[in-house]
Amino acid sequence: MNLTFALIAFLILASAVLAATRRDLIHSALLLVGNWLGVAFFYLWAGAEFVAFAQALVYVGAISMVVLFAVLLTRRMRTELPLLVATRDRVVSAVLGGAAVFGVLAVAVLRTPLDTNPAKPAGSVSMLSLGQQLMGPQAAAVLIVGVLLTVSLLGAVVLASSDADGKEGAP
Amino acid sequence: MLGSGILQGLAVTAKNFLGSYHDPARYTTVEYPEVKQQLPEAFRNFPFLVTENATDPMGTLRCVACQICEKECPPQCIFIEKSKDKKPDANGKLQIYPVVFAIDTSVCMSCQICVEVCPFDAIKMDQVYEIATTDRFDALLLNREQLAKPNEYFHQIHPTEAAEVDARLAADRKAAEEKAKAAAAAKAALPAKPAPAPVAKPAVVPPPTAPQSPGPAA
Amino acid sequence: MIATLPPAESWLERFPLLVRDWITGHLPESLGWLAVSLLAIVVILAAFGLLFAYLTLAERKILGRIQNRPGPNRTGWFGLLQPFADGIKAVTKEDVVPREADAVLHFLAPVLLVAMSLLGLAVIPFGRHLLAANLEAGVLYFFAAGAATELAVFMAGWASHNKYSLLAAMRALAQLISYELPLLLSVVPVVMLAGSLSTTHIVDAQGGWTFGWIPHWHVLTPWGFAGFVMFMIAALAESNRSPFDLPEAESELIAGHLTEYSGFKYALFFMAEYFGMCGLSAMAVTLFLGGWQAPCAFLEFIPSYVWFTAKLLTLLLGFIWIRATLPRLRMDQLTRLAWKFLVPLTLLNLANAAFWSLSAGWSGPMHWVRWAIALTVVVGPFLLLGRALTAGVAPRTYRYA
Ligand code: SF4
Ligand code: SF4
Repeated sequence: MNLTFALIAFLILASAVLAATRRDLIHSALLLVGNWLGVAFFYLWAGAEFVAFAQALVYVGAISMVVLFAVLLTRRMRTELPLLVATRDRVVSAVLGGAAVFGVLAVAVLRTPLDTNPAKPAGSVSMLSLGQQLMGPQAAAVLIVGVLLTVSLLGAVVLASSDADGKEGAP
Repeated sequence: MLGSGILQGLAVTAKNFLGSYHDPARYTTVEYPEVKQQLPEAFRNFPFLVTENATDPMGTLRCVACQICEKECPPQCIFIEKSKDKKPDANGKLQIYPVVFAIDTSVCMSCQICVEVCPFDAIKMDQVYEIATTDRFDALLLNREQLAKPNEYFHQIHPTEAAEVDARLAADRKAAEEKAKAAAAAKAALPAKPAPAPVAKPAVVPPPTAPQSPGPAA
Repeated sequence: MIATLPPAESWLERFPLLVRDWITGHLPESLGWLAVSLLAIVVILAAFGLLFAYLTLAERKILGRIQNRPGPNRTGWFGLLQPFADGIKAVTKEDVVPREADAVLHFLAPVLLVAMSLLGLAVIPFGRHLLAANLEAGVLYFFAAGAATELAVFMAGWASHNKYSLLAAMRALAQLISYELPLLLSVVPVVMLAGSLSTTHIVDAQGGWTFGWIPHWHVLTPWGFAGFVMFMIAALAESNRSPFDLPEAESELIAGHLTEYSGFKYALFFMAEYFGMCGLSAMAVTLFLGGWQAPCAFLEFIPSYVWFTAKLLTLLLGFIWIRATLPRLRMDQLTRLAWKFLVPLTLLNLANAAFWSLSAGWSGPMHWVRWAIALTVVVGPFLLLGRALTAGVAPRTYRYA
């Protein structure tokens, strides 16, 4: 079991590192897909079948498409694909952003009362209870996330449309 | 209603699919090398030489090497060499004959002008189409043996035209015979030089007076 | 493969199990599970490989008949050896990789495509005892596996470094984004009513007959029928089949993402297309057509896998028939159909299915009311949206100069 976990962890980390260092944006995006797939494998390994498949469906199936689409639509040629050189500002903001996300996640994980007793196997959560959890006690969280996503989507649309009637053929 | 057009389309294709099993009109493909399509009578390409008798094609060519076709052919793809001697044709009459009669089918444009100018109905249009060869020079230059095809074949491919030609030739022959009989009767009446008088003869005896072709012949 | 065997089951029905037990019986106990898995893989590969081979032949023959010609009939009896001749040709052909191509991705794309389109077949119950993997979230797994296929199409198009291929890749992405949604949304009602994402449960939920001859298949309910039709439309788009074959539109893009592929890699793409088509058809059979269930009670003596195969072949025939009939859509028509027509209808269908499940207890005259309401919810929006969709485009009149 631990060997499997090590393999999955290696896949996730390696694809993440490669994705971050590749010069070719499309390669980065595809490696990112590999990364998401690794996360799905991890869920599967952890016994969360439903979450694993949902992860694969949403990330590999949909989000990756959006990412690739965005890359293709915003860069005109292959030669334009390499990114700008890394400046200090960019490094600092990247580290700060990453650290913020990591901090939020870490705090959330640490503060969740998980049963870490290895003697008692967790048992797989049935889909029914998952659904009831999401629609019952956690309904507020689901709704808030939904609203947040909708707002960001609308914001993106507004940004894109205001860009369009500005200068022609800009970035 | 949205989708009704799709359903109609599906019905059309389904009808065609099922119909292809029982309705010849919905299954028009001919499986070529095994089955050959009946060509329409008017279809024509490359000329061939008509012979009266299939057993002796070279002896019974209708062509008398008058060379009209050779002069008229627009791309100049016919080549004829007259014989020095005369041979009896299918009717037993002595005639000049072509020793060489060749058509370069790589040049022939199937215009049928040679057929139209021939006064002897000796050259007609063929219906061949399997004429691919691996040699684009000699194999496409057809000589008189390759060009000669019996009258029956002509009947097969162009029945109407062949019947008409045969009727005309028969009428001519009959007229010639009657004339010969009359001449014989006249000869019997007053002894004189026998008149060589078949109808076809006048076209042959005066050498063709067609003007020289503008360019020097090769 | 849970053994809940009714006593009256014929040996024909149990035949696959007997074969499996016979084979695993020769192996030591510890290798048993491995052998069972391997057997499932081998059987699926062999069966669908053969199905693929003969599907290509059937497609060409049927298209030929529809177009007044016989189709391939030279190789072997009625052309029955044609698929193998094609296979030999594909394998022996030179495999050309363009110099400018992204070699790794160019190689990876067909492999990924075939692998992904085969993965989905694992959760399809082909018969009462024929299921490779009984997953609790089987339906979700199927679509998760299928989602990656368009990614492979994109990889192929991008890696070829050819403008036609790249255009095809863009089209494939746009198509996927548009049609993944109606595909999934048309499945949700089934999952909702069956109360499970497991394919076995969904098939079991469709068991039984009214009066012994009306099966309880989902397709025979108003929402099920609508869902089935929309699922099939989305499945056509998902498997890049005509009339949604924009990514490889021959007349515009040469062969789209396949332009720079030759030899065996091309054959792999071809194979993946048919596997994808088979997978989606099999899913449609499972979700809407009662899976392996017999249509009438007295026909149950015929083994379940025969019924499944019959239904699968019918749907595949439908794919071919549609390909022979419909011209290709334009890109804007494609996305308009998805967003303005299929997505709203699938959402309404979801509500309809919810109503159907809530009104399950209605009886007597209320039964007819239930049917009337459900039918109205299906037909009304269809007519209205259909009119909106076709407004100003049909019927077309032609004027000749
Ligand atoms: S015109 Fe007729 S008779 Fe004269 S050479 Fe030509 S084919 Fe022979
Ligand atoms: S058909 Fe025309 S081109 Fe051909 S040989 Fe006769 S006259 Fe010449």
